Amino acid sequence: MSKTHVTCTVNGEETEFLCETQQTMLDVLRDDLGLTGSKEGCGSGDCGACSVVVDGRLVCSCLMLGSEAEGKEITTIEGVAIGDHLHPVQSQFLKHAALQCGFCTPGLIVATKALLDANPNPTDEEARYWLAGNLCRCTGYDKILAAVHAAAAEMRGESA
Amino acid sequence: MNDISLKDTLKVVGTRPVRPDGVDKVVGRAQFGADAAMPGQIFGATVRSPHAHARIKSIDTSAAEAMKGVKAVITAADLPDIASEEAFVGEGPMNFRDLSCNLMARDKVLYDGHVVAAVAATSNSIAKAAAEAIKVEYEVLPHVIDEIEAMADNAPVLHDDVFTAGVDPKPSKPSNVAKRMEFAKGDLEAGFAAADKIVERSYKTAPVHQAYIEPHACVASYNADGQCMVICSSQGQFMVRAYCAKLLGIDISDVRVVPAEIGGGFGGKTLVYLEPLALALSKKSGRPVRMVMDRVDVFRGTGPTSGGTVKVKIGAKNDGTITAADAEIILQAGAYPGSPMGPACMTCFAMYDIENARTVGFDVVSNRPKVAAYRAPGAPISTFATESALDELARELGIDPIEIRLKNAAKDGTKALYGPTFQNIGYVETLEAAKAHPNLQAKLGPNQGRGVASGFWFNIGGESSASLAVNEDGTLVLVSGSPDIGGSRASMAMMAAEILGIDVEHIRPIVGDTASVGFTFLTGGSRVTFATGMAVCEASNDVVKQLRGRAAKIWEIDEDAVEWRDGAAYPAGDNAGKFEPLTLEDIAAKAARTGGPIAAKGTVNAQGAGPGFGTHVVDVEVDPETGHVTILRYTAVQDVGRAIHPSYVEGQIQGGTVQGIGWALNEEYIYTKDGTLDNASFLDYRVPVASDLPAIDAVLVEVPNPRHPFGAKGVGEVPIVPPMAAVANAIFGATGVRMTSLPMSPPKIVAAMEAAGK
Repeated sequence: MSKTHVTCTVNGEETEFLCETQQTMLDVLRDDLGLTGSKEGCGSGDCGACSVVVDGRLVCSCLMLGSEAEGKEITTIEGVAIGDHLHPVQSQFLKHAALQCGFCTPGLIVATKALLDANPNPTDEEARYWLAGNLCRCTGYDKILAAVHAAAAEMRGESA
Repeated sequence: MNDISLKDTLKVVGTRPVRPDGVDKVVGRAQFGADAAMPGQIFGATVRSPHAHARIKSIDTSAAEAMKGVKAVITAADLPDIASEEAFVGEGPMNFRDLSCNLMARDKVLYDGHVVAAVAATSNSIAKAAAEAIKVEYEVLPHVIDEIEAMADNAPVLHDDVFTAGVDPKPSKPSNVAKRMEFAKGDLEAGFAAADKIVERSYKTAPVHQAYIEPHACVASYNADGQCMVICSSQGQFMVRAYCAKLLGIDISDVRVVPAEIGGGFGGKTLVYLEPLALALSKKSGRPVRMVMDRVDVFRGTGPTSGGTVKVKIGAKNDGTITAADAEIILQAGAYPGSPMGPACMTCFAMYDIENARTVGFDVVSNRPKVAAYRAPGAPISTFATESALDELARELGIDPIEIRLKNAAKDGTKALYGPTFQNIGYVETLEAAKAHPNLQAKLGPNQGRGVASGFWFNIGGESSASLAVNEDGTLVLVSGSPDIGGSRASMAMMAAEILGIDVEHIRPIVGDTASVGFTFLTGGSRVTFATGMAVCEASNDVVKQLRGRAAKIWEIDEDAVEWRDGAAYPAGDNAGKFEPLTLEDIAAKAARTGGPIAAKGTVNAQGAGPGFGTHVVDVEVDPETGHVTILRYTAVQDVGRAIHPSYVEGQIQGGTVQGIGWALNEEYIYTKDGTLDNASFLDYRVPVASDLPAIDAVLVEVPNPRHPFGAKGVGEVPIVPPMAAVANAIFGATGVRMTSLPMSPPKIVAAMEAAGK
């Protein structure tokens, strides 16, 4: 099977890979680039566990082909923390016990960061609709929403 | 330390530290089942039946075997043909032979998605192509999906060796009814004769899937010397080890299972689907084999829990005193016997002190995937019916739903229908706390209603192991055998820290593999904080004793003259002598000179798990045009014994409640008339999403369990029991229509309202 050569930026680093035509971006991230933080929960864009940001837009990486990444800038869960400093979304998820099994957590953190980058002060309804594409079966979302609002406040400089 | 009344003196238990495994999970480094890899691994894929019921005439694997990159193909002929034997390895009843046939069909396929063959190849894409190249010839047989139809005399019979157990005389003909079971006390007839009001109704629930977001995954290696290694996501590494050994006919000592992080289970990962197949493929190919299900496989081939039909009759005096209660509970087992009808029968009246009561259960096979445990298995199904009927009775008698429950509530000393006499239970406390909650003061508008329901779950104890070792610098490593699904490592470390009198950050808790910690029964039955917690406390107390002994040696005084507090040894009073305290760090540094490493193990077969009770109150609004139900506010009160880490206890309650809301409103397995599953995706099988829900107000009531060092009771399962009835009762309040069939989806509500002329 012939493979496509792709050059893109992943978490700020120029990255090259060869992918089969049918390989999704999620397959490439997990199987070829060793970035297993993005999870496959459904493979059909319904669960959001594979959420990544591509050129500033939140997408399910299972719905994107690897070969579509050419020239694109991609941020995965592995690129959310800044060095050894957790992003406020990450630290507030921990502080508010917003994860139980943790499988949906990478996707939820990527999606929450994208929300707060676009809307620094979301209402509860706005946050709930933004995150409606990220399934969590453990928490009932209650503590996730608390973490989202706490992270938003922290990013606005309203709390330490 | 064992005085549970001393809550005020606790320094760690009851606080909310950041979980020790948390950072790995928020940065994407936690290793789940599908993240594991072994050197030289190849990739497995399965071939699944497209038919609900068919005889396998032939399987032609030659084309697949001839494909470049294909390293092994297996069918049931490659697995030992094992004898029928009851297994007590997982959660709920299971027969080893049935499980073997469920992994890979022998002779007959019994449901859409039943595995018939598996292949391993050098890439995922080759493995999938090879699976498609395997030709299976079927003789399609008549099928049956519904449990009531499966009980009919002319129904297609799935197994010619299943005869209804629990009836006398033994039937002469095989049947889809695998078992009948009955619990009874008092005199039903007299009880109903004494009633002023009787409510009688039939209810139906749909099978629902646990819908953990992580699909099943493993990587397995079967070495030339017979040594096997499996890395997988499961609710019990020892469960996986036992099943793999049994189903492959090898010794337990030849199998090592390493637990990966688990991405949700809820009971659905208490048995095996892939691991024995991956080992068999590895044996045949000589390479480690990785297998990962996709979501369609998960829906078609694993779980779900039973759907069922429940008939309930409850009678009461005008003052609300229940005089008699009767329930007939018919549960789907899926393709092989073993539904949770036992717990369904035992739980549904357990909240009440009823003199005359009976529950009868039927375990019925049909052409569906074999059911697996799902959070309080069986209880949500039967309790939906009984708590709906009680609500109807209360409304007809003009009694407040909390008051009728208080009137009949089980208390200490109440003998449950299923046998035991309750002690240290907190059901009444949950009702009182619900009554006092500010959410009950909220005014309801048009098309809005409030519903109340309660629920019960036994909680279990059982076998657990833990070990605790003091490091050279005075920090500690805590190993337990319980996979951590919802933050249990945090509570294990907190209990140890409380006993040692140190900060929880000084203890690193991990989940051991089957070769590094003693046997531990799986994570299920709400047992881990209770039972594994007791093993952790035992090990911690032993380490404290050793630390006191080392201090005594250093000071050259009696061990009894040393006391341990706040993480250090002190002389016990002036008579013991005057010494500066020795901290854990000081003693650890001198360990080599005072007797060597300091470490201890704790092993328990824990008894006395305190039963759990919860009371839920929900407000809903029903759109009369569309039948759509909006959850306005939700209050979930539960007796938790004592919350070790309150955030994760609240999380269990909130998560279980929302699963119950999904069960109530959206979730169901939908079959075509050909018997194939029609909604095997998260698009068509709709679990609750963030925008469906309000905040879930979890209220913790603490009636300590004296059998646990800190008073803990299991908390994970109770919260999924009340929501279906609570929501149904609220819908009645909003519309005047009694919904008796789950899910209470918009079309069903509109139809029910139209039928009632609303």
